[in-house]
Amino acid sequence: MTISIDPQKTNNESLQPKGWLRYFSFSLDHKVIGIQYLVCGFLFYLIGGSLASAIRIELASPMSDFMPRDVYNQVLTLHGTIMIFLWIVPVVNGAFGNYLIPFYVGARDMAFPRLNAVAFWLIPPSGLMLVASYFVEGAAQAGWTAYPPLSITTPQSGQIIWILSVLLLGGSSIFGGINFIATIIKLRRPGLKLMQLPMYCWAMLGTSLLVVLSTPVLAGTLILLSFDIIANTGFFNPVLGGNVVVYQHLFWFYSHPAVYIMVLPAFGLVSEILPVHARKPLFGYTTMVFSIMGIVVLGLVVWAHHMFTSGTPPWMRLFFTIATAFIAVPTGIKFFNWVATLWGGKISINSAMLFSCGFIINFVFGGITGVALAQVPFDIHVHDTYFVVAHFHYIVYGGTVFIIFSSIYHWFPKVTGKMLYEKLGILHFIITFIGFNLCFAPQHWLGLNGMPRRVAEYDPQFQFVNQISSLGALLMAISTIPFLINVFLSVRNGKDSGDNPWNALTPEWLTSSPPPVENWEGEAPLVEEPYGYGKEISERE
Amino acid sequence: MTTLDSSKEIQKNNSEVNETHEDFRMFGLITFLIADGMTFAGFFAAYLTYKAVNPLPDGAIYELELPIPTLNTILLLVSSATFHKAGKALLKDKNSESQKWLFFTAFLGIIFLICQLFEYFHLPFGLTDNLFASTFYALTGFHGLHVTLGTLMILIIAWQSRINGGRLTSQNMFPLEAVELYWHFVDGIWVILFIILYLL
Repeated sequence: MTISIDPQKTNNESLQPKGWLRYFSFSLDHKVIGIQYLVCGFLFYLIGGSLASAIRIELASPMSDFMPRDVYNQVLTLHGTIMIFLWIVPVVNGAFGNYLIPFYVGARDMAFPRLNAVAFWLIPPSGLMLVASYFVEGAAQAGWTAYPPLSITTPQSGQIIWILSVLLLGGSSIFGGINFIATIIKLRRPGLKLMQLPMYCWAMLGTSLLVVLSTPVLAGTLILLSFDIIANTGFFNPVLGGNVVVYQHLFWFYSHPAVYIMVLPAFGLVSEILPVHARKPLFGYTTMVFSIMGIVVLGLVVWAHHMFTSGTPPWMRLFFTIATAFIAVPTGIKFFNWVATLWGGKISINSAMLFSCGFIINFVFGGITGVALAQVPFDIHVHDTYFVVAHFHYIVYGGTVFIIFSSIYHWFPKVTGKMLYEKLGILHFIITFIGFNLCFAPQHWLGLNGMPRRVAEYDPQFQFVNQISSLGALLMAISTIPFLINVFLSVRNGKDSGDNPWNALTPEWLTSSPPPVENWEGEAPLVEEPYGYGKEISERE
Repeated sequence: MTTLDSSKEIQKNNSEVNETHEDFRMFGLITFLIADGMTFAGFFAAYLTYKAVNPLPDGAIYELELPIPTLNTILLLVSSATFHKAGKALLKDKNSESQKWLFFTAFLGIIFLICQLFEYFHLPFGLTDNLFASTFYALTGFHGLHVTLGTLMILIIAWQSRINGGRLTSQNMFPLEAVELYWHFVDGIWVILFIILYLL
């Protein structure tokens, strides 16, 4: 072979900007791309968070007095879409995946560095398109699900731009998924076996399989939906002989796995963080691997549990209820494994650990309501009420966002070589944890009592509980302040962390912090036991 | 597939150490084609569901004439074989022969597209007439888009396989192998589409 696949050729150090400027360049370095994902995602998180604040201000009073009803619908659509497609999915997959996976497999970069850069650089323009869609005539107001006929009966430019933007983000996600699969399967350092990989690799492998198998279906569905709007076809338009339930099936075939795309990487990240701060090996490595793969397989065949009120036939209800209940088994295994990892460990109470423990608590709560929602009689009662909103946010905010913060506290020294301030971090955790539970726990009660979601106005009897929830949202908004102060102060004059402040054994800590461009001076280390913490102690004795 | 060989080692020149790794570009392409296949799977699932549960309005025409699509099936199957020939010729360093086979393959692809357009213009229904018509055009159109892209890529690699200065040689087969795999994939999708849309 005469051609050489050489990232250095185009990523030549002398040609690339140095310092912070490199984060604004089309870099092919997986570490730079990871940070680009993270910061870009966080900016969109601030936008989506402002929209969430607007929603909670509106809901502090029963009438729609803060904004008109259609604006409320547009705001909640934009909030949902931004948070899912521009914050959770890119950050928990793209940011941490890009930064950590090449270290974990002992490589110098991802398998396809250029594809990697393309996947990231699709995000800022499509994110701007998504935000811009709000300002043109007829902004999308059918929720992040864009259910027809609602999304096609008021077909205006905003919905079209929304669809195009989600299509681009889906493409970015698929490119990322292909890259992760190739990196984990093919780019492992010689001698490194699959069953020796840190758990985050397995989580990303499972996630990427879901991305590759299910995201294209969403793309196809959205193409058909845009035909319905632009070309006046009737795929999902009952007036023209179409079928709205087909859209729901195709949409949830992607969007149920999307929940696992959002939460499986968080499972992987927490499995990296807990052993380090509890100084114990990860409990039940093999069961963890099999439960991830079990979730991947089951996650592809449970989508219709979102559609129990869409006239689904009884056999379908039975099948999807049972299949969904089965998912609780691998998820439960993982939960008990994390608790067993902490059991008897030498736990250090720091911000990363606190956020991880917060994740475990919130996640088990969201998991229990999830199993409840899979039961048809219960689901029909609470369908499209605030119970669903509460369940979803317990998984995605209480689960994944807590882990994103935990991971930032854990890997900040790796990226910058500086420590974050612990006290500010603990303050951040306390406000977030109280605010989050204050905001979303009362919504279970609201849903059980029949308050519908996605409506700007509600029955005045719910006002007090809604105000408690809004107070929680205010705390969540405030909690961002100590975090931002912490990051800015620490980047400027934080304490030097040294190469390995946590005494961790996973490969990314076995190089300098921040790491060199090529990840390692010389050959990549072979880490056969990424969680060998117990042995480390016995060897010392 | 003659020329698929992903075990070739790629030299990765490193500033400090010389490292080699497997050529996994084909692996990435296969992963992408699985994703692409899932898009078609979604369309097929939608089509079959519509067929099962959504009755068409009275007088809707959904019987299709078979001669042109049958010819199209044969065209694509033959083009797969000619592409294979191009790969074999290039492996034996017969660049000009390979180029001829590639141009012939692209020619078959263009004929396929012309036949497809001819069929579109002579069908008794339009895009928005009924649900069957819409799904028919969406499925064949999406496949036609794939054939168009494939034909363009074949023309590009045919240009690259020119004798003087072309980068496609028996030492660098990857562009040809990649497009060949993609072309076989598009042909396979057509066969499934032909069975589901025209024969069922």
